[in-house]
Parts: sequence; C-alpha cells; structure tokens
Amino acid sequence: MDNRTEMHRRERRRYVIGYGGSLLLTLLMFGVAYQYGIETVGVYLTIGLLGLAQLIVQLVYFLHIDRRRSSREDLDLILFSTLVLLIIILGTIWILGNLSIRMHMDMM
Amino acid sequence: MKRAPTHSYPGINLGRRHASADKAAEVVTFGFWVFLMSDLVYFGLMFAIYITMIDAQAGGPGPHELFDLKSVFAQTLILLTSSLTVGLAMLALKYNLPRSRIVLWFGVTLLLGLSFLALEIRDFMAMAEKGGIPQRSGFLSAFFGLVPLHGLHVAAGCLWLIVLGIQLRVMGMTDLVISRVVRLALFWHFLDLIWIGIITIVYFGGLTYG
Amino acid sequence: MTATESGFFGRLNWDALPIVGLIQDPNANEIVANTAAGIVLVGVVAVVSLLTWFRLWGPLWRDWLTSADHKKIGIMYIVFAIVMLARGVLEGVVMRAQQAAGPGDGFLEAEHFAELFSTHGTIMIFFVAVPFVFGIANFVVPLMIGARDVAFPVLNQISLGLTVSAGMMLMVSLVVGEFSTGGWTAYPPYTGAAFNPGVGPDYWIWAIVVSGVGTTLTGLNFAVTIYKLRAPGMKFMRLPMYCWTIICSSILLIFAMPPLGVAALLLAADRYLDFHFFTNDLGGNMMNYANLFWLFGHPEVYLLVLPAYGIYSEIFATFSAKRLYGYNSLVIATMSIAIMSFTVWLHHFFTMGQSALINAVFGIATMLIAIPTGVKVYDWMATLWRGRIRFTVPMLYGLAFLMLFVIGGLSGVILANPTVDYQVHNTLFLVAHFHNVLLPGVLFGLLAAYNYWFPKAFGFRLNEFWGRVTVALWTVGFMLTFLPLYFVGLMGMPRRSFSWEDPSFHPYMIVAVIGALVILAALLSVLVQLWVSIRDRDKTTAPVGDPWDGRTLEWSIPSPPPPYNFAIIPQVTDRDDFAAAKEQARAYPKPEAYEDIEMPRNTGIGFILCVLSGIWMFALVWWIWWLAILITALIVLAIIVWSFDTNTELVIPAEEVRKEHEAWLDLVHASAAVNRDHETAPENRGLARPDLEAVT
Repeated sequence: MDNRTEMHRRERRRYVIGYGGSLLLTLLMFGVAYQYGIETVGVYLTIGLLGLAQLIVQLVYFLHIDRRRSSREDLDLILFSTLVLLIIILGTIWILGNLSIRMHMDMM
Repeated sequence: MKRAPTHSYPGINLGRRHASADKAAEVVTFGFWVFLMSDLVYFGLMFAIYITMIDAQAGGPGPHELFDLKSVFAQTLILLTSSLTVGLAMLALKYNLPRSRIVLWFGVTLLLGLSFLALEIRDFMAMAEKGGIPQRSGFLSAFFGLVPLHGLHVAAGCLWLIVLGIQLRVMGMTDLVISRVVRLALFWHFLDLIWIGIITIVYFGGLTYG
Repeated sequence: MTATESGFFGRLNWDALPIVGLIQDPNANEIVANTAAGIVLVGVVAVVSLLTWFRLWGPLWRDWLTSADHKKIGIMYIVFAIVMLARGVLEGVVMRAQQAAGPGDGFLEAEHFAELFSTHGTIMIFFVAVPFVFGIANFVVPLMIGARDVAFPVLNQISLGLTVSAGMMLMVSLVVGEFSTGGWTAYPPYTGAAFNPGVGPDYWIWAIVVSGVGTTLTGLNFAVTIYKLRAPGMKFMRLPMYCWTIICSSILLIFAMPPLGVAALLLAADRYLDFHFFTNDLGGNMMNYANLFWLFGHPEVYLLVLPAYGIYSEIFATFSAKRLYGYNSLVIATMSIAIMSFTVWLHHFFTMGQSALINAVFGIATMLIAIPTGVKVYDWMATLWRGRIRFTVPMLYGLAFLMLFVIGGLSGVILANPTVDYQVHNTLFLVAHFHNVLLPGVLFGLLAAYNYWFPKAFGFRLNEFWGRVTVALWTVGFMLTFLPLYFVGLMGMPRRSFSWEDPSFHPYMIVAVIGALVILAALLSVLVQLWVSIRDRDKTTAPVGDPWDGRTLEWSIPSPPPPYNFAIIPQVTDRDDFAAAKEQARAYPKPEAYEDIEMPRNTGIGFILCVLSGIWMFALVWWIWWLAILITALIVLAIIVWSFDTNTELVIPAEEVRKEHEAWLDLVHASAAVNRDHETAPENRGLARPDLEAVT
C-alpha cells in the first residue's frame, strides 16, 4: 500500500509541475503582450515560442508523452499527425498566400 | 505481437489494481488517440483558414476592435485549471480515493468548464454588439468557425462529464467506467492544447497581423 | 422564402415531387426523371413485399441488421455498393446517350444533365468505391490477421449505418426535390446560396458530411485493428500485402476525410447561416474551398486504389503459386504513396492562378508519385514470371488491370505537367484519365476480390463461365467507352457539356455510347453470374475452405467461417503462413484445448443511428428545423443510453467450439484433395493438394 501511496504522490506531482509550468508560461505570454504591445513580429515570435513551449509541457506532463519505449506508439502517432498537419497547413498558407498576392486581394 | 499479454497502456495507465481495466483500455485508448488526431486535422484546417482570411475583413470590425484579452486571459486560466482538476479526478479514481474526493474533482472540473463557456459566450455577445457577427466578413466567419468549434467540444466534454458522473453512481467504479474517465481526461487535455493554439494564433496572431 | 420563415414542413411542398413536373409539362426530360423516381419506388416496394412474402423481416433483423459480425457487415457494405453501382452505371449510360445524340441535340435539359454527372460522381466515389473497398476489407482483414473481429465491432456497425443512410439520401433526392447540379466537387460560389438557393447542394452537403463521419470511423477502426489485433507472431513484415494497403488506406481516411468534412460544413455555414467563407462578397474566397476539397480529394483516390493494389498482390501470388515478388519494396512503395499523396493536391487546380514555382513543385511531386506505382507494376510482373499461372476470373481481372492501368497512369503523368494541364484541363481527356485509373484500377480489383473471396464468404465458388464473360464485357466496354474520350478531349471537347456543336466529335461519341451499353451488359452479367452461381451451388461447394490453394490465414478456416473465425488463434511463423504450413505438412492442426470465446452481442444502435441520421439529413435539407433539433437530441440520447449498456459480450462455450471445429476437421480429413489444374472443377471441395512442381 505504501508503494501505491508513493506512486500516487509522484503522479500527482507530475500534474502539479505541469500545471505550474503552464501557468508560468501563460503569465509570461500575456505579460510580454502587455509589456511590449502586440505589434511587432519580434513580440509575436516570442509569444509563439512560449505557446509552443506550453504545448510541449502539457504533452509531457498532462498527456505523458515521452520517449520511453512504452509510450513510443503514441509519440509515433503524434509525430506522423504533426507531419501531415504541417504539410496541409503550410501548403495551404503558401498556396493561398501566393494567390492572394497575385490577385491583389489585400486591396479589396 | 511482441508485447507480453500483461502489457498495460502507456501514458495514463491505471495501475495494478485495475489490471483487467488496463487490458481492455489499451486498444480503446489507442483508438481514442487516433480519433483525437483526426479531430486535430479539423482544427488544423480551421487554423489554416483563419490565417488565410485574417485580411478578409471587408471593412468590418477587426481584431483590435473586437478582441478582449482580459477575458481571454481569464478563460485560459480557467481551462488550464480544469485540465489539472480533471487529471486529479482521474488519479482519485485510479488510487481508489474516497468517493467524495472523486465527486469533488468531477464537480470542480464541470464548474470550470461551464464558467469557461459562459465567459466565451459573453465575449461573443460583446463582439456582436460591436458588429462582429460571422455574417459580416470572411475574417469573422473564420473566427466563428474556429473558436465556437472549440467551445462546442468543451460543451461536449461537460456533457460527457455529467454522463460519467451518473455512470459512476449507477454502475460503480467498473473497469469500463474507469477507462472512460481516462479517455475523458485525454479529451480534456487535448482541448487545452487546442486552446493554446487559439490564443497564440487567433488572438495574438490576429492582433499582430490583422 | 427565407430560412427563418419556413413553416411546419419547412420548404417542402408538392412541387418537390417529379410527377408534378411531368403533369405540367410532359417531355423527354421529365419522363427520364420520373422513370428514375419510379425505379426507386418500385425497388423499395419490391424489396418490402418480397421480405414480407417470404417472412424474412425477423431473420433480416436478427442475423444482419443488428449483427456486429465484421463478415456480415462487410457483405452488407458490398450489397449496398452493388445497388449503388447499378444506379451509377445507368446514369453513365444516360449521359453517354445524351452526348451521342448529335450536335446540338439530345433529350435532356442542361439542369438534368448536370444533376446526372453530379450524382454519378458522388455515388461512384462515396457510395460505390468506398463501401465496396471497405466492405471487402471488413470481410477479409480480421481473417487475414488471425483476429476474431475488428477492434470496435459496434462502431463498425455504426459506420455502415451512416454510410447507408447517406446513400439513401441520394435515392430520396430522386423522388423528393432534386440533387445538386454542381458536380461531385460542388465548387462554390456556384453551389452557394446566391446562385443555387434550391435543395440540391444541401442534399450533397449532408450526404457527404454523414458518410464522411462513418468513413472516418471506419478508417480509425481498421488502423487500430491491424495495429493491435494481429495474431501472435505476425510481425509487421509478416503482414499480408493486402493488410498493408488497408492500414495505409485507413491512415489516409483518418487524415483526409476531415478536409472534406470541413469543406462541406463551411459550405453549409455559407448556405444556411450566411457566413462568408466561399462567397464572392465580403471577403469570402472560393479558392479556399478548392484547396480544402482536394486536400481530401487526392488522398482519396489513393485510399481507393491502394486496397486494389493489395488485392492484386494477393491474387497474383495465389494464382501464380509463388511468393509475392519484392515484398519489402511493395511495402515501402505503399507507404511512400500514402505519404506522398498528401503532397500533390494542387495538381487538381493548376489553373487557379498561383505562381509557376508552386505549380512546378506540385507537378514534380505528382510525377514522383508515379515511381512507387511503377515499382509495384514491376513487382507484380516479376511475381507472374515463371509462376504456375492459372487464368481464373480474378487473375483475368488482374491481367486486364496490368495492361490498362499503365495507360491510365501514363496519361496521369502527362497531366502532371502544368503546361500540358493548361491545355487539357476540364476536357474529356481528364474524364478519360480518371476513369482509366478508377475502372481497371479500383473496380476491376474489387470485382476480382469479389470472385476471389466469394467462396470464403458463402462456401461455394462463383460460376467460372459467366465470370469470364463479365471480365470480357467490362474490359471491352471500358475500352470502347473511355479510350475515345482521350481523343475528343485532345480535340478540345469540354467535360460536363450536355450539348456540343463540332461535328467531328460525333463518331467518338457514338463509339462511347456503344461502349456504355457494353458496360451495362457487364453489370447485368455480374448479376447473371451471381444468379447462376446460386442456382448451381451444389456443384461448386468448397466447405473445407481453401479452393484456390491460398497462402494467407483466411484460407486455413472453414467456408463460411464460424462467427468467431478461429477456433484457436493461430501462431504465425511465416509471411505466407498458411502456404508454409501446407508445404511443411502442418496445416489443419488439431488443438489440444479449447477456450470459451467472447463475441460482441447483437445491438440495434447502428440501425437506430442509420434511421435517425437519415431523418436528420432530410430535415436539414428541407429546413424543417424543429425536426432537425429533435433528431439531434435523439441521436445524443441514443448514444448516451447505449453507453449504459454493459451486457455487450456473448460467451460461446469451449465445448460448442470444440464440437464445430472437430466436425470440420473430420470433413478436412474425409475430403479428397485436388491439385491446381482442377480448381474450377466440381471435385474441388476446398482442399488443395500440395503441388511439388510449383515454384516456391
């Protein structure tokens, strides 16, 4: 039973760490936005990176994705999905962005 | 297959007390992961459409007039906290904590989910007052195609939470119910991930490029 | 009338019935429309009365509609696909007849012709190819991987229900209202509310959305089944080629159906809620739709053709009595095609107006995807090389495929060049191209599979003579119908034109309509073959289960298989495990002990969701809002109620399994084995004689 209590404690700690990390990153995100205003690409890039960091924190601490053998298949699935998503999203933005420039849609 | 028959589902596994639930949960949880990835493509496409339509404001109100970052901040905190509480609910179930504790975390999660929805709906109504309705422009259509889609998922999650709460009472802590709670937790965490995408791309991205 | 002021029956009224049009203005066009509606009604009445006459409602409900058995679900998919195929072919014939009528002539109105090509495309892709492909997969995959069922049997039943109810909407659109005139791709703004306020595009949208959900769930189900439920010892590199193609095709479904769902739902938002995703005004951009649609559309063609590749791989190996040549390269080629199919979608809209660089990138990607396909063709030919080939019906389909498909593939490589595409896009050249890959590629493969696995499903072989006639008719019919279209396409005849003026097109159109009639004969021949086979089934029974000297696990069990498929789950040690077992004389082992088997219990949830989703679509199409809301609530309620049901498993006692299995083993030992030369003869009872001369 002690063993289980220990495991419970450890798992709960994982959640708390994930929560704390995400909270911190959220505060930083909004903090940057308030401090510097949301106008420049530099600020946006920072915010974007903070968002990405939070994604990873939650994947690891809430969804328990890591490189351990036992969770490899979930990781594979997520990586493959990410690949397909990147192709789809970046391709869409490339194609329609290009079209919009050539059609001068921003002038409409 | 090479794995031993006692293999339990990776990630959020249920621990030895529920070995039979683990076995049953393995296949179905993997299937649920696949479902989430398919759902992710829906969101991914809506993000892509939003990005391509950020300029399509057609003279209507844009992000600067419409977005209320304070409310978005509050929603973010609420959703993040609910992600923690749904995890704690699952842990309480997994380690056979007293029923009152399980009910507590279920209840807190539900309340947080509903307050998130309330704030979101209040935001939409505020936007509508400023003329920010989806019928106004392509940009607003894209916004209202994406953000309420996430809201709809949260609402579905709340309904699921209620149904599982009832099942917990009616059917008891059976393997089936426990494996469903595991999936609900996955779903809820997934929605939190999408929400991070929404604040980064829809709100901050909209304010930067819109 | 606007959406908000519609009454109790929405916008439904008597004018929606085609008979009203016939009475008001009798002409050839109305007669055709009313004949179609009449066929649907007569068909429904005939089916209902036959079922009642033979008192089959009970067995239909108990054994089929509520069954969660993957084999029965597979068979129901195929029956549904063949019914829809009949409609699709008839529409094709009517279209060919219209275009053959001569310059400026014809018996149909433009709108009606547009409805025909829209339903023809929608039906053939979504309600023939997809259900047929996954019907075969449903039946075969669990048997091939040594599993007792798919991973989620009830979900499987729900997928079937949703696909069928969506297909029924297309039938309903013949009788009530009209279907979309916007082609199977339904491009806005033409299908938007401003240009097309009628019910047609709405029928298309909801049929696509509902069947899309069903199909996505099917993909999920099969990916998880093959990933998780393989028999012990069946490593990935021992997986039969067909299962490889199904897992790739399932992955494509999981990731490629969402773009279609998004496209259709956003179009619905435009039409119903006045959003501006694809409209001409207020910042809408219809090119977003084209982009979304083909994000789905291109993976779609590969998810249809990959399983056909898998079927041919199994057939070439079996009927050449050889191991499949180049297994590893075929696996790699299959996976490359699956991934590359996500990188070529823009070749469907080269002429949209993006820069030459983008066109070049996607053009090159399109040409590259031909490489793995070429690898496959060589692998199949090498499998045939020095094999002990028997020209059975499936093999004949396979050989017709090899020759004709290469022409279709080559014309695809031509089209992949953007500069050429600018010349021939939207002409009949394109129509010829995709029919050339879809008929010999997909349809021939499915018909080959139908002939190949039929004895597994029903315990008797299909008639060989009528099978050959069918192959000949399909092949000749295909060539006569579609090869001329390449030429008229190059001459500049646009696709989808209900009328034309240039007299030089006429001879080609005449040949094409003759070909269409031959295809119609081929369709009838499929039915004749089935009828003759059932009539003469005593002469072709093969209960032992291995009529073709098969190589994979599904042939190692009785025909038809018991509900639990395998009395004991096999231990796999080789790629073609059953072929190896026969060579090493360890086939048909007698197990030491039997176990109780848990199988999914019958459930009505799939049927309930089928009916509810059908009413839901109808209500949305006709703006009957109260009904749509009510049904939405009922669907949610049905799923919740179902989730409370815990009594889902049925235990088959070990003793019963033992009795059945031992009776079959006795039959195996009592049967006379035949060698490959006699496999079409009546003495073939499904036990193959080891053939030492064969090349292994």
